[in-house]
Amino acid sequence: MDEAIRALVGAATVKRGKVKLELPPIVENGNTVPLTVTVDSPMSETDYVTGIHIFNEKNPQPYVVAFDLGPRAGKAAVSTRMRLADSQQVVAIARLNDGSFWSDSADVIVTLAACAEG
Amino acid sequence: MARVLINLPARAKRGELIEIKTLIAHPMETGYRLGPTGGAIPRDIINRFTCTYNGEEVFRAELFPAIAANPFITFFTVATESGEIVFSWTDDHGNTQTEVRQITVE
Repeated sequence: MDEAIRALVGAATVKRGKVKLELPPIVENGNTVPLTVTVDSPMSETDYVTGIHIFNEKNPQPYVVAFDLGPRAGKAAVSTRMRLADSQQVVAIARLNDGSFWSDSADVIVTLAACAEG
Repeated sequence: MARVLINLPARAKRGELIEIKTLIAHPMETGYRLGPTGGAIPRDIINRFTCTYNGEEVFRAELFPAIAANPFITFFTVATESGEIVFSWTDDHGNTQTEVRQITVE
């Protein structure tokens, strides 16, 4: 996960804050886990979120999804459903138009894992 | 053609923030599962979703195998003018499914 995040942000430092990642703390079925990411941003022409990226720690691949946004979005909020292979940490990173990165993380306990047969 | 559910308001006020919810029926095969013969089932996922509003791209997502089957995505946009909102999903085979919805802005 750290390598995938490093490939995205490069040499920039990722600060905590601004981003809010919402996941259920205990997941009964890892095959479909709802998640919502909101970023505290005015989404104006001069100050907006360009991308929201989700990473996980223990799935076979660290990348979950990358959303591209712009000032036309009006509000930096997205939600989707992901798979979780194990109890782990999920990280959301937002890139702002000034080039800074902000993150939030959530720890999830999974009772029935996705890709259990694999 | 996969079944698609798209939820967005049919009419909105100018400048209003609208929430768009989309869902498409797709197995999102990860490539890690084993089939009946013991070999891995080849990967087959939707890897790209885009939304354009009157030709202007307002939202795009790149999906990976960690997205659950029947990918569900919600996002926001600003209703600027009447017209059509086009949604398209592209899978690993390069097939694209496109859906068009009309919106009336007053």
